[in-house]
Amino acid sequence: MRELDLVIIGGGPAGLSAAKIAAESGLNSLIIERDYKVGGQLVKQTHMFFGSEKQYAKTRGIDIAKILVNDVLAYPDKVEIMTETTVVGLYKDNVLTLLQKEKYIKIKAKAIIIATGASEKFLAFENNDLPGIYGAGAVQTLMNVHGVLPSEEVVMVGSGNIGLIVSYQLIQAGVKVKAVLEAAPTIGGYKVHASKLKRLGVDILTSTSVKRAEGKDTLEKIIIAKLDKNWDYIPGTEEEIIVDALCISVGLSPLTSLLSMVEADMKFVNYLGGLVPVINHQHETSIKNIFVAGDVCGVEEASSAIVEGYFSGLIVAERLGYKHPNHEELYQDFEAQLENLRSGPFGEKTRLGLKELRGENNAE
Amino acid sequence: MRIKNHPILEFKKQSTINFTFDGKSVEGVSGDTIASALHNLGIRKLSHSIKDKRARGFYCAIGNCASCNMIVDGVPNVRTCVVLLEEGMAVETQENKGVLYERT
Repeated sequence: MRELDLVIIGGGPAGLSAAKIAAESGLNSLIIERDYKVGGQLVKQTHMFFGSEKQYAKTRGIDIAKILVNDVLAYPDKVEIMTETTVVGLYKDNVLTLLQKEKYIKIKAKAIIIATGASEKFLAFENNDLPGIYGAGAVQTLMNVHGVLPSEEVVMVGSGNIGLIVSYQLIQAGVKVKAVLEAAPTIGGYKVHASKLKRLGVDILTSTSVKRAEGKDTLEKIIIAKLDKNWDYIPGTEEEIIVDALCISVGLSPLTSLLSMVEADMKFVNYLGGLVPVINHQHETSIKNIFVAGDVCGVEEASSAIVEGYFSGLIVAERLGYKHPNHEELYQDFEAQLENLRSGPFGEKTRLGLKELRGENNAE
Repeated sequence: MRIKNHPILEFKKQSTINFTFDGKSVEGVSGDTIASALHNLGIRKLSHSIKDKRARGFYCAIGNCASCNMIVDGVPNVRTCVVLLEEGMAVETQENKGVLYERT
């Protein structure tokens, strides 16, 4: 059994950033990634990011991915990357079992950073399992990474930022977006994204959702309906839309199954996307030397995942005796960056979620 | 259907990769995952639900949902959305949970 200092599970923005800071501190790490490439979901984000310069604002996600990957490749002796490798088991004594293609590998780590990210939530409606019904992010991968279109026409469910951005990117790729449906009475995402779509003539239908899908073996049409104040379908408002692709963009849930394997303390916090690990200020879970960074501990933007990755890399390096030369300065900087990213109206969910996670908002 | 013109991204012409789908010779390109190559060919039904045999397709594209599991070169439960297509691959629709296979 190989014994390593730091194992990072997930090669997305959080995992890559953690490896970078660990390497800067002199700590070796192994990144394990189940996809055939690292970069996480940034590799398909053709839009420019918000935030500040430190998290590469005004840079396209695809370019941020390149920067983060190159940052890690600059340390070939310090960072090892295993792709097409899935962590299938995590044990309380910090033993991990991996499946790399057909090879089963057992390793032990002094510290582990879980940066598994999140997966797209599903929506309950009749025949929601028909091929042609996709996660919005999956369609974004299909077109922006592989250059393959899902179909000629789509309907998007959900008007949060992902729903709006992917709708716009579908149009850029040459797909007709027939409508964006939003169950809530108001549009969820940034106004700037919604306005872009409206200018292109896309209807964003609020208080509306998909009631049923129909088709033999693949999607052929959907039935939509209006929703009342209690989110119930209003009888008689059904309309049929002929479409062979439907994208679901109704939020993300943290991928926490590995944390369940070690029985880490968890809490359900709706604001953070669902079940999340209880962590201390250092991003350490209830299991000593198992840390978390990125969407796995609360769904936010990639910019926050990057900073959380840096932060946890810094903490773990110090823990294992590789204190970064600028530890104190960086510690304060990363904390300030996270606080800044979570300020303002769009950071409210995260702020409330973190309070709830820490058990601080009982009075509210 | 492949994207030809894109305002931001450039999709260069890639070399052809030959593979089979349920015994039929088909083509993808270098850089395709198994699922993206099949999708481009208009093949959207990739798998079945185990009990009711309902059609299943590509859903998450991150190797998480298992909705695109197929048999590849005899190996069942391959997550075709995160596995790159290779020359000569034999890709088959999976009808069951997957059975133990002989390593050749």
